[in-house]
Amino acid sequence: MEKKNYTISIYTENNIGLLSRIAAIFLKRHFNIESITVSKSEVKEVMRFIIVVEITEEQVKKIIGQIEKQIEVIRAYYHTDEELIFQETALYKVNSAEFVEDLTIQDFIKETNARIVTVTPKFFVIEKTGKRHEIDNLYDKLKPYGLMQFVRSGKIAVSKNEMPISSILEDFNTININS
Amino acid sequence: MEVKTANKEKKIKQAPTTVSGAEAVIKCLLEEGIDTIYGYPGGAIMPVYDELYKYQDKIHHVLTRHEQGATHAAQGYARVTGKVGVCIATSGPGATNLVTGIADAQIDSTPMVCITGQVGSHLLGSDAFQETDIVGISTPVTKWNYQVTKAEEIPEVLAKAFYIARSGRPGPVLIDITKDAQFATLDFTYKKCAGIRSYKPFPKVNLSEIERAAELINSAKKPMIVFGQGVILGGAEALLQQVVEKAGIPSAWTILGLSAMATDHPLNVGMVGMHGNYGPNVLTNDCDVLIAIGMRFDDRVTGNLEHYAKQAKVIHFEIDPAEIDKNVKAEVAVLGDVKETLQLLLGFLKPKNHDAWHQKFKDLYKIEYDKIINNELNGKEGKLGMAEVIDEINTSSNGDAIIVSDVGQHQMVACRYAKFNKTRSNVTSGGLGTMGFALPAAIGAKMGKPERQVVAIIGDGGYQMTIQELGTIFQTKVPVKIVVLNNGFLGMVRQWQQMFFDKRYASTELINPDFVAIAKGYFIKAKKVTERSELQDAIKEMMDSPEAYFLEVKVEQEENVFPMIPTGASVSDIRLE
Ligand SMILES: Cc1ncc(C[n+]2csc(CCOP(=O)(O)OP(=O)(O)O)c2C)c(N)n1
Ligand SMILES: [Mg+2]
Repeated sequence: MEKKNYTISIYTENNIGLLSRIAAIFLKRHFNIESITVSKSEVKEVMRFIIVVEITEEQVKKIIGQIEKQIEVIRAYYHTDEELIFQETALYKVNSAEFVEDLTIQDFIKETNARIVTVTPKFFVIEKTGKRHEIDNLYDKLKPYGLMQFVRSGKIAVSKNEMPISSILEDFNTININS
Repeated sequence: MEVKTANKEKKIKQAPTTVSGAEAVIKCLLEEGIDTIYGYPGGAIMPVYDELYKYQDKIHHVLTRHEQGATHAAQGYARVTGKVGVCIATSGPGATNLVTGIADAQIDSTPMVCITGQVGSHLLGSDAFQETDIVGISTPVTKWNYQVTKAEEIPEVLAKAFYIARSGRPGPVLIDITKDAQFATLDFTYKKCAGIRSYKPFPKVNLSEIERAAELINSAKKPMIVFGQGVILGGAEALLQQVVEKAGIPSAWTILGLSAMATDHPLNVGMVGMHGNYGPNVLTNDCDVLIAIGMRFDDRVTGNLEHYAKQAKVIHFEIDPAEIDKNVKAEVAVLGDVKETLQLLLGFLKPKNHDAWHQKFKDLYKIEYDKIINNELNGKEGKLGMAEVIDEINTSSNGDAIIVSDVGQHQMVACRYAKFNKTRSNVTSGGLGTMGFALPAAIGAKMGKPERQVVAIIGDGGYQMTIQELGTIFQTKVPVKIVVLNNGFLGMVRQWQQMFFDKRYASTELINPDFVAIAKGYFIKAKKVTERSELQDAIKEMMDSPEAYFLEVKVEQEENVFPMIPTGASVSDIRLE
């Protein structure tokens, strides 16, 4: 089976131990996590993990099973890139001396919708939000100018299809109130 | 009038009382109906022990001789009773000593709650004396774990712990409680946990899957059932038997499914897996519908997956969605508690018998009997064999005993030959294969079912891994029967060395101590048997003994367990020699 990038979205209760519990599931199977972000979700007191891995569909299905088995996990979903709207953000710190001189690079930054966040006599900080390859392109462009630091965020994504967490939680409440 | 009084009492009971965190722990255990726990004290858990002293007429705390012993005893207790086993330990080394038992309970789905003391919360992360990150260490081997740092969390967290441990697919839970949380006070009220919104222990049963399963079963020509511990955990033994009898299906068991159905039931065709019976292994690759009930297709059951039941349509009755299609693809997956799903299935099944197909199992049994079983049970010369000992125990117990086996050749022989009439009677470490399991597990099993005969079958290797629990037996006077099958070897490993490593016996020979003297040192009645002629009387004496009894049997040193599916081979390539 073919390996692909899968984005796993996990809705969880806010619990301290959960990150290591989830990480352990990947570790145990030698699956390299390409990126991971943890943040609040659209539902009150519910966290959302977004984890990107390159594995086969069969593997991702099994991983979802193992993740959903964890007590504090409300639901886990997986998506391919086509099923998502997603972005990453990167920051590039470059040497001012080289940079200021060169108009072509400044134009390039404008064209690619990157943004200059900070300017000091010593360095510029540029921010770029977009797809991975766009971020990589800008990286390649800036490298010759003396890239002093580079950092890229994990992938953040929303799915085209619904992930009905609120209704899952509501179902639970109704069942428990009735019983 | 009476009702009123009861209500009044209830109200009084429910009014909050101010107690320490440590006392709250004990009150939670009482609320959960726990009367026996296993453990070992130390600095960080001393407040709880102090409360145990006060509550000693309500909770029996069994002091094992090692924390690993406490976990296995709690497991033994849980396995025979179906209740949650509880063990308790101090921080640091006390907590880390629990890990093997926790991992064992996790893989064998045993409900267990472990409570560990932890250094004071102000010291967390400072590498304080006896601080270990037991929550971090135990994460991959627990169903759930949690660190309590505030006394007022205790009732809710422990209620959750018991609920999680016993519901759905059971498993171990560890609760780590800092020392300051044990000392601090809280207003105690207890409410049993009835649900957790992110946790779905009982998947919704899909009736159409049951109908599809029934259709396949009704039209099958060569159906075969393989049942596992799920049947026992779901309390569905009687239902299983009804299904088997109504549909006339030959049924085999995994090692943990053993005793869910009487071993001499006519449709019971034996054990599947590496050292299972010939018929069910071979015919796994001949059946047209394979009905897996509460089992998880462990690799010791399936052998090489590429050649496992490829011709068959697989129906998988399972409570844990993560097990569906994990190892073997199911044509029909029936999610749910087998107690519920088998009941529904029963209604759709047509009465059938499959005599010709069943005959195939009998024919293959005959081959196994002639080649192996007969030789192992009858007419042997020379040294005693392990099977003869198990057979003698059967004769004496009539299949009514609880058999607790350790890990190795003797375990396989015990499971192959032991007779069972009652469920929850086979206690063994299946998934983890933990040597040292049996002696402490037998203690827990006997305490859980004091009215039953409990016999531990242990190898000379594994026995020495938890031999210190003889001290627990002596102190508590728990009348367990201990049989050590002494072959002077780590026999199972030696067998592999003989078969696959040209007989290079690297570190498998054991120079053993005087086991009888050791048992006697603990004031436990003990005897050693070396001759066949002594066996029957010795077993009888042991079984009749009202007290604990230790019996060492010197057996053939280099006997091998057959049948055997070598690693990487297919179930149908099982070897008879
Ligand atoms: C804790 C542990 N260590 C190592 C093993 C590997 N192992 C499996 S069976 C076995 C030999 C057991 O020897 P013994 O207890 O004498 O039983 P026998 O096979 O001789 O009946 C060993 C070392 C294990 N299962 N568990
Ligand atoms: Mg041995």
